[in-house]
Amino acid sequence: MAHGDAARRPLERLAGASPVAALDPRTRILAAVGWAVVVVGLSSLAVLATAVVIALAAARAAALPARPTATKVVTMDGFVVALLVMLPFTTPGAPVAALPARPTATKVVTMDGFVVALLVMLPFTTPGAPVAALGPLTASAEGVHLALAIALKANAVVLMLLAMVGTLEPATLGHALRRLAVPAGLIHLMLFTVRYIAVLGEEATRLRTAMRARAFAPRTDRHTLATYGYLVGMLLVRAAERAERVLDAMRCRGFDGRLVALTSFRFARADAVAAAGAGLVLGLLVTAEIVLVRSA
Amino acid sequence: MHIVDGALAGEVVAGGAIVAVGGLALGLRGLDLERIPAAGLLSATFFTASLIHVPLGPSSVHLIMNGLAGLVLGWAAFPALFVGLLLQAVFFGFGGVTVLGVNTVAIALPAVLVGLAARPLVRQLAPSHAALAGGLAGGGAIAGTAVLVATALALSGEAFVPAAKLVLVAHVPVMIVEAGVCAAAVLLIRKVKPELFATPPTPAVETARA
Repeated sequence: MAHGDAARRPLERLAGASPVAALDPRTRILAAVGWAVVVVGLSSLAVLATAVVIALAAARAAALPARPTATKVVTMDGFVVALLVMLPFTTPGAPVAALPARPTATKVVTMDGFVVALLVMLPFTTPGAPVAALGPLTASAEGVHLALAIALKANAVVLMLLAMVGTLEPATLGHALRRLAVPAGLIHLMLFTVRYIAVLGEEATRLRTAMRARAFAPRTDRHTLATYGYLVGMLLVRAAERAERVLDAMRCRGFDGRLVALTSFRFARADAVAAAGAGLVLGLLVTAEIVLVRSA
Repeated sequence: MHIVDGALAGEVVAGGAIVAVGGLALGLRGLDLERIPAAGLLSATFFTASLIHVPLGPSSVHLIMNGLAGLVLGWAAFPALFVGLLLQAVFFGFGGVTVLGVNTVAIALPAVLVGLAARPLVRQLAPSHAALAGGLAGGGAIAGTAVLVATALALSGEAFVPAAKLVLVAHVPVMIVEAGVCAAAVLLIRKVKPELFATPPTPAVETARA
């Protein structure tokens, strides 16, 4: 997985005041989920391209910072890049030898998106009308269509998710999900996890600094695996010990399992307008899909 | 590892969501208030571990450690790993919304099964043999994940079958890395704080308070 550090920074601190920030978090979560369900069900490329444009507009309305967002989207789907890289191969006359199996396979292992390979392979593995040949392989029009559709869907959904939900404070996300009837246990678990990711990240950084100070350099060997194993084991041991202290402190303060929300949510007129607008957009997308697919 | 939205067939997505909800319900059942802080801290640890990259020839793979999560957390590994995937999807854009169920099942189900099967061995054997069992659990969990991801792809259409096969092959080196790291982690935990493998997810709270 070759994600850079920029891809790991939450967006909520980077995004400024915006029309989306004024909405009730519950509205935003439901909008993103509704959007995902509808977009995944579409099949017309024209409609899907429109969906990506709408998602981009939403990202703009949420005042998502362009650069970190782009990094996230590109790291998610290195496959868009892969598709572009593949285009020369799908045109006649491209040298077959330019797709060496071994480095390609290594990259796939690296990128944690096997999706990359999936999309690159789809044109060749989908039965249908041939559009291009690559040595013994033949790309089919249906396969190209399928690969493009998946790329568009994945981008439209992730952009909308980052715009609507990725801009929430993690704690606010937890409280909003609780109000949407997600079990309290799961919310507590999520809030604790969010709280301690930063703490344990610092702990991990300290341990790794100590390893570097002892001249540890990761390689592909047994020693590296054992060392990382001890690192993970040590993190777990320290986390368990910290958990004891945390629970003691919580008992001290009379924690009884209720989730006290410091923020109150209000479904305001803006939310009604946004919900109606979202419903309208989704309805139009579905209508366009039906009309286009029927005419095709 | 993360399948994105729009790639899988609707039936596969729905099936994954149903199994995930069932697994979450089972996992949450054992999580009373006493145990949630520990589970959250361990969930955060596994999230942190997944940011560690291990060099593999000219490239690298990141740790998943779902086998170790199963060994330490038991059924609670299901919600713990789900939370990690949810946060990755929402804040990093890895994975997607509708495939969250499938992705959760692919990572968490093998973790739970391997954890339940191997925990007695990891707890009772001598540390060196426990490490071996831990290695098998770590590698086995990844094998399970690979099989589930490949199955989800293969069930989504004939066009995805070659990709499913590639998934299986590509996970072999990951399996070896995870087995090695998990074995070492088990060895260390057995020597330093063996209570972690007792009743999950917070043995430490009841025992060995110095």
